[in-house]
Amino acid sequence: MFENVSAEMLGNIYVGVLGLSVMLYAILDGYDLGVGVLIPPRTEAFRDDMIASIGPYWDANETWLVLAIGLLLIAFPEAHSEFLQTLYLPATFMLLGLILRGVAFDFRAKVVQVKKRKWDLVFKYGSLLTTLAQGYMLGIYVTGLRTDLWAQGFALLAAFGVTAAYAFIGSCWLILKTEGELQQKAYYWARRGLGILAAGIIAVSIANLTLHDDVRALWFSAPWGYVLFAIPLASFALLALCGMLLKKLPHANGKGEWLPFFIALLVFLLCFSAFAISYYPFIIPGQMTVSEALSDANSLRFLLIGIVVVVPVILAYTAMVYKIFSGKSEKLSYY
Amino acid sequence: MDAFLLSRLQFALNISFHILFPTITMAMGWFLFYFKLRSNISGHPVWMRMYRFWVRVFALSFALGVVSGVTMSFQFGTNWPGFMEKVGNVAGPLLGYEVLTAFFLEATFLGIMLFGIRRVPNWLHTASTLIVALGTTTSAFWILALNSWMQTPQGFEVVDGVVYATNWKEIIFNPSFPYRFVHMMLASGLTASFLIAGLSAYRMLKGDDKLAPKLALKTATYTAAVLIPLQIFAGDMHGLNTLEHQPQKVAAMEGLWETTEGAPLLLFAIPDEESKENHFEIPIPYGASLILTHELKGEIKGLNEFEGEHPPVAPVFFGFRVMVGMGMLMLAVSWLGSLYLMRKKEFPVWLKRTFAGMAFSGWIATLAGWYVTEIGRQPYLVSGVLRTADAVTQLPPANIALSFTLYLIIYTVLLIAYMGTLMLMCRKAVEIEEITTEEREVAKAKMQPSEPDPSTV
Repeated sequence: MFENVSAEMLGNIYVGVLGLSVMLYAILDGYDLGVGVLIPPRTEAFRDDMIASIGPYWDANETWLVLAIGLLLIAFPEAHSEFLQTLYLPATFMLLGLILRGVAFDFRAKVVQVKKRKWDLVFKYGSLLTTLAQGYMLGIYVTGLRTDLWAQGFALLAAFGVTAAYAFIGSCWLILKTEGELQQKAYYWARRGLGILAAGIIAVSIANLTLHDDVRALWFSAPWGYVLFAIPLASFALLALCGMLLKKLPHANGKGEWLPFFIALLVFLLCFSAFAISYYPFIIPGQMTVSEALSDANSLRFLLIGIVVVVPVILAYTAMVYKIFSGKSEKLSYY
Repeated sequence: MDAFLLSRLQFALNISFHILFPTITMAMGWFLFYFKLRSNISGHPVWMRMYRFWVRVFALSFALGVVSGVTMSFQFGTNWPGFMEKVGNVAGPLLGYEVLTAFFLEATFLGIMLFGIRRVPNWLHTASTLIVALGTTTSAFWILALNSWMQTPQGFEVVDGVVYATNWKEIIFNPSFPYRFVHMMLASGLTASFLIAGLSAYRMLKGDDKLAPKLALKTATYTAAVLIPLQIFAGDMHGLNTLEHQPQKVAAMEGLWETTEGAPLLLFAIPDEESKENHFEIPIPYGASLILTHELKGEIKGLNEFEGEHPPVAPVFFGFRVMVGMGMLMLAVSWLGSLYLMRKKEFPVWLKRTFAGMAFSGWIATLAGWYVTEIGRQPYLVSGVLRTADAVTQLPPANIALSFTLYLIIYTVLLIAYMGTLMLMCRKAVEIEEITTEEREVAKAKMQPSEPDPSTV
């Protein structure tokens, strides 16, 4: 099968599926990491309900990261080893964060009250460590794996930007899945996160333009320049709309509660496509292109059968699970 | 210390920690499916109580397996870049199929298993349990296909120092794969059986007089008693397969230095790599030849035939004895337990204590077995194709030392927390198993064991 698919085509298919996984990861694990970051550190109110809202999902959400890293490893092994060796320590901290939050989620439900508080904090700070490390890695990646001071500064900015973005989509998720006081609190979080996120998008967009000459050229040339400038503008329009909604919705008797999350999702999609358009055909910006990093075409053809058959099935049963657990989340009990 | 040693230590730590949890969940998924089926068929509430307790153990083990597994997928690139450069064209798709066909299935349907019973029809909940069990087994299929290929590679060609796949059927079904897959699935069955039996015995020792732990103990003891002879047989077949394809590994397992006709089986010895001989041997004459060649005078190749190409002898030699010793202990204990069960007798306290003490015995046997097969493949990462030393990273050793230390601390804490939490769950098991608040209150009131009450079964 797929013998007539050219190597160039394979490169595009794999970078496409890789992009899809990264994007789904950012949105899906994004909201559950965001919920983790938002856990109130000093008061215990809300914690059970916040964690219950992501209970059935977080595990599968995280699997998109495994697929993304796996696809990078399989299809672009040189990029994988270049990327992760440069970012060895931040990647290690991200993994430690993921380990801590993942197990805290399960431990907290099974231990006595005193220890439960400790695991809640492990969950919060594990999530925070993960989001900061991911943002930092994204920042360094975008600079083309530079490690000079300017790149480090940009990466720190990205660390906070990504954390704010996750906290924002996390609070939108809470608006969708919870009620009462917690939901009111989530509206408040979302309003605050919105401002930080908007500032972050401006900062990252500007910094982005200063990093690579060919990216700047692309932004200032037709036709992609129009698209690329339209994206931040559209994002801001959406965020402004969201800001208005966040003021009105708390008094709307539960109508339109899904809108903030939907808008957050669109903003994520837009930001992601701006990145994708800016950096294609590079797999590592300015350093390595998709075709340079591509592994053996025959092996990729063999795996492509699985991708074509299985990915739609995964998407289908993921949708099924979201349908099963739709509506307000229940109290955290296994059943 | 150099990057090579540190990377090896870190990878060994990660994979040793990781394997503990899939070893439990692979078989426990099938136990849960069995409990759910029995519940559907008989309608007796005890089966759902058992399901509720063990699905929590499953979830906790699964979470630990997932997070430590994610770490592994990063380390291929960070610490062993040479692995993907050289054999990535074979290893990549196998790993890819594992993620696609197993990971998503397990993670997604586990959500339904844990949280969905009131939201989905019963058949879908049962189906989800089956799907999760199938998912864990599928995961084992792919990863063991890759590991076995690294042991006994075939179906490829090397062009300019890079491995290219030529025949995927040969790659997946390589010579050691069927044996390793069966051996590992049985190991998982035994590990889960002894965990279930051990924790149930522990509950009974703590005064839990419910039906659920008794029934779980019975189910797990019988399962272990059936699996252990199968495992001994499968292990023997696996050994013969290793003799054919990796004779140097068998020589290290047997501690045999010179090629010998009628080689002895060493019950104990201290192998000495310097002088190439053993100290303090306790031999059974002709034993090894008899087991491996089924002839008293059968010839077995010694380590000296593989100068510079054989693994370090002591860890392989001792690992093998720990594994076999643990297997024999499992045989004795599970059959003894079965004898009591068949005579409808309650286990005496000492036997309950023995089972409780062996709750984690499967881990020891499994780790020892993996050390035999993985260290036994050294100095190669992929037998005859890629040396471990040629795959290692150029990262600064200080960075690896830092990450290794952090992993070591976190994994130690998590292991203690995991075992402590399982014990704690056992002590409040009755609360976990009862479904409604009223039932739970009744159960709490009865936590102090008293005269049997017909309503609590």
